[in-house]
Amino acid sequence: MTGNLGINGDSAVALAWKQVDPDVCAAYPITPQTIIVERFSDYVADGEVETEFVCTESEHSAMTVCIASASAGARTVTATASAGLAYMWETLGIASGLRVPLTMTVANRALSGPLNIHCDHSDVMAARDLGWIIMFAENVQEAYDNAIMAMRIAEHPDVQLPVMTNLDGFILTHAIERMTPLDTHAVKDFVGEYKPLYPLLDVKNPVTHGVMDLQDSYFEHRYQVNQAMKASAKVIEQVFKEFGEISGRHYDMIETYKCDDADYVTLTIGSTAGTMKAAVDELRAEGHKVGAVKLKVMRPFPAQNLRDVMAGKKCVAVMDRHLIVGVSGPVFLEVAADLMDLPDCPKLVNYVYGLGGRDVMVEDLKQVYMNMMNDKQDKVNYLGVKL
Amino acid sequence: MKTVKTATMGGRIVEPGSAMKFETGDWRSHKPVLERDMCIDCLTCWIYCPDDSVLVKDGKMGGFRYTHCKGCGICARACPKKAITMVEEDE
Repeated sequence: MTGNLGINGDSAVALAWKQVDPDVCAAYPITPQTIIVERFSDYVADGEVETEFVCTESEHSAMTVCIASASAGARTVTATASAGLAYMWETLGIASGLRVPLTMTVANRALSGPLNIHCDHSDVMAARDLGWIIMFAENVQEAYDNAIMAMRIAEHPDVQLPVMTNLDGFILTHAIERMTPLDTHAVKDFVGEYKPLYPLLDVKNPVTHGVMDLQDSYFEHRYQVNQAMKASAKVIEQVFKEFGEISGRHYDMIETYKCDDADYVTLTIGSTAGTMKAAVDELRAEGHKVGAVKLKVMRPFPAQNLRDVMAGKKCVAVMDRHLIVGVSGPVFLEVAADLMDLPDCPKLVNYVYGLGGRDVMVEDLKQVYMNMMNDKQDKVNYLGVKL
Repeated sequence: MKTVKTATMGGRIVEPGSAMKFETGDWRSHKPVLERDMCIDCLTCWIYCPDDSVLVKDGKMGGFRYTHCKGCGICARACPKKAITMVEEDE
């Protein structure tokens, strides 16, 4: 398969899975992830993949099946969103703690209530401390590319952690964009044959997974997870490099846009990063020194990459599509902790925006830069809320 | 002692039968004692023991592996001849 496709984000992820042909997919449908599972189950029913598809009765069961199948030695994928991710919560920690290299796509959607099906990052941000590698997509192309690269990252012997690839609900999951898929052979060559470490089904080398781990060793195992997460940065950069060689699409932990001479910079996650570039272009045309940074990988947290870009700027606005109620946005806290000991630390402000799918337009984002330039803002701001 | 360097990834146990190295006998508050004259060597206790702590010698009941027996008392309950009694450890 070559050439361009007009395709929505969910279908693009299902296409990536089809080209990989994983061993097992266990999932439960939930808006706005539904199309991924629907399309992929079509591929299974039509015999286009050999994947064992398990339609579970809940997301908790889906993740449990995924952990079991990946532990058995199968390349395993799943997808969910919002309440589904919340329902998986306790099993998410098991997946990382037991070092299970499965991959999951999350179609980001607000957590209820009141009931909302549209995009924000309250689902993934509530799961950010659970030991998963976390990647985001700005567009449909990235959602497709991330789903493929995630397997190489998760399965690397130095990593052996689950990977969550996120795409914004409806904005990317359901909107049709132009996307260039890779040739199926190229995808298969890139991900390679899965060679599991210590699979349960290797009856000649029996192993026990999921043992009791008390005061004498749990701490050491958590430390190992932390080490693997930090070590994964190198692997991610290598996988990005190799993917760039076969696709021509080059990624990095963070993406910088017109930042070199910029005094005022924003940090954004997901589809809003594209809108932000448009805002930067318009302000640059008016002569303002502004730039934008996109956080592509949030776990491991690319601390040094951000310090290198942010040092010496006049002001940095961290955009959060989630609100830690009573505090601020979560990414703001992490950036502030990361930059606080820089001798030339910029002024840091936070903009919580787009909750529950609230539209964010170029004009709104230009206002963020204007506020920074005029220094007319609070430490934590709520962009677009009707007071 | 397990350290970050020696602990296995995810706490996996990669050596079969390693439970033998983990002695659980000191968990016991009551220990099983066999009345040899009453025993008919049916080995019902061996079938029921959850910790493989009933020793068998030449097909006959050969006492208990006190290094691993946790003192659960299942053998005493299962014995059809009531040949096993649970005795408090400090008696």
